[in-house]
Amino acid sequence: MGAQPLMRIENLVKHFHVRLGAFGERAATVHALDDISFEILEGETLSLVGESGCGKSTTGFTLLNLHRATEGKVIYQGKNIVELDEKAMRPYRRQLQIVFQDPYSTLNPRMTIGEAVGEPILFHKLATKAELKDRIAMLLADVGLPPRFASRYPHELSGGQRQRVAIARALACQPKFIVCDEAISALDVSVQAQIINLLLDLQQKYGLTYLFIAHDLAVVRHISDRVGVMYLGRLAELATREELFEHPLHPYTKALLSAVPEADPAHERSRKRQILQGDVPSPLSPPSGCRFHTRCPIAMDICSKVVPEWRLARPGHMVACHAVTEGLPG
Amino acid sequence: MMMASDIRPEPTPKARERLLDVKGLTIEIETRNGPATIVDGIDLHVDKGETLGIVGESGCGKSLTMLSMMRLLPNKIRVTKGEANFGGRDLQKMSNADLRKVRGGEVGFIFQDPMTSLNPVMRIGQQLAEPLIYHRGMTKAEARKRAGELLKLVGIPGAEDRLDAYPHELSGGMRQRVMIAIGLACNPQLLIADEPTTALDVTIQAQIVDLVKELRDKLGMSVVWITHDLALIAGLVDRINVLYAGTVVEDAPVDALFDNPSHPYTQGLLASIPKLTDERSTRLSSIGGTPPEPGRRPKGCPFAPRCPLAEQVCHERVPSLEGVGQAGAHRVACFVAQRKLEAA
Repeated sequence: MGAQPLMRIENLVKHFHVRLGAFGERAATVHALDDISFEILEGETLSLVGESGCGKSTTGFTLLNLHRATEGKVIYQGKNIVELDEKAMRPYRRQLQIVFQDPYSTLNPRMTIGEAVGEPILFHKLATKAELKDRIAMLLADVGLPPRFASRYPHELSGGQRQRVAIARALACQPKFIVCDEAISALDVSVQAQIINLLLDLQQKYGLTYLFIAHDLAVVRHISDRVGVMYLGRLAELATREELFEHPLHPYTKALLSAVPEADPAHERSRKRQILQGDVPSPLSPPSGCRFHTRCPIAMDICSKVVPEWRLARPGHMVACHAVTEGLPG
Repeated sequence: MMMASDIRPEPTPKARERLLDVKGLTIEIETRNGPATIVDGIDLHVDKGETLGIVGESGCGKSLTMLSMMRLLPNKIRVTKGEANFGGRDLQKMSNADLRKVRGGEVGFIFQDPMTSLNPVMRIGQQLAEPLIYHRGMTKAEARKRAGELLKLVGIPGAEDRLDAYPHELSGGMRQRVMIAIGLACNPQLLIADEPTTALDVTIQAQIVDLVKELRDKLGMSVVWITHDLALIAGLVDRINVLYAGTVVEDAPVDALFDNPSHPYTQGLLASIPKLTDERSTRLSSIGGTPPEPGRRPKGCPFAPRCPLAEQVCHERVPSLEGVGQAGAHRVACFVAQRKLEAA
């Protein structure tokens, strides 16, 4: 591929301070992201997967500077954007967009579809008032909606149509990079396929880069170039799609993959699942050492004591696990 | 020549006994513009010891059908026609007192969202004991002991200590296990699971599917599993009914459904699931359009407006569910599929 990095994430940390107890008498820290480093390449689809609370959405929010990073850097066009204030951030906001999960709550119910799509165009002065109508019609056409939808309100649209509007609104800014935060998770299977196709078409047409946050591994396998697996605020593994699905190295990735059902009755009946026991521990007090050691089937002594290094194990394949010996010297 | 409808299933070695038999059930919702049909004369059945999967997209009536059987429909939604026989008795005509014995007693329920289905201010031990005291006439002490056993049965670690916990003290997966324990409390003949894993992570989802499978085999009950995810139930169910806009469009043994889907909607659903073997970025085949809204049902086959194979007749008449192949065990409601199979 040899693509250039579009964004470099270095040792990103995000902690949330919360108050617990009936009267908020106890202060506590949620370790949402701990020391995450990776690159997003230009024109690729990088997916982040993991169970709820693993920090995949927090990653998306933090690298768009929608959450203030606690520590670490996000380098975009030579600038560390997470230290910029809102005003300095504005020119970058246009290029870095996000599409959310719930198309019902992300559109203003009192704004027509045309107004919703036109708002970012006017804000960023990307068209004059005279050009606006044509520009909106073009964007709606891009996402497969007829121009007459511009005068409709969100409640008149189905979930799939609303998600198309949310995508049109993100496209309105002529972005380089879009975070799709569970953007298809709330949709029915047949509609989901329509939106996946649309995202792939738009990527080709406009050379977009996607950070795709999802929990459906079948979908992720379908659309990603590279996939990162997160567990409790850390990256466990990151590799190209073929590497990750054919040669997973981390025991958590293996367990996650073995839990995914396949649409094949004979295979499903006979398969032995490697089922993880228990639940994800609380991010308020994450386990010491490797955060997965409490549920890991092959945990060793060292795992509860030392944080495994985030390192290259095979070409294009990063992993953080003491039990993986591939790529180690000697 | 035999008509498709004349084909009767071969008598199986072990004669199947009907446990649940729903016939011509029609459900309407009261709207500003008058009543609108949501479920349109649905027929479905579950045999003793059988696991039935009901698959369909949101709004197809899969949950309402099950709720209506237990007469648990919300206001403004009501059954206008049809019957639902359970063990030979019509649940629609039963007295409220008799029905209460069926609910939670002979028929257990697991709902999608354990956070809203459990009482947040009641300890889980009490919630488990309630059906045991009501249906089984147990004393408080007996019920508590049994509640502990049930929690152990569904694999909750430290079961006895958990009896005094409140729902908020448990994780989502653990709460769903408590829901299953309540559903199973009175050894039901039928367990109805309405999207019980939709809100859960994939690893927990696998745990719950395996748990229900194991308990079903151990306790010998029938299960109805309602879902929108065909892959999830592939290894769990014996038979699948595919619902579209409030009607069963295909009814088939699980292998036949995956190997030889006959209704264009089933074919579309299966094709829109991404496959292992796909190249990256190949276009998924998708079904254009959206399901009809209640009150705006088309005149003929409800799927006709989205169907790539629709003919004139599809827009005019509603196809009925007719047996195809395998001596009638595989049934489909589609004029085009029926004609194709008759010609073959």
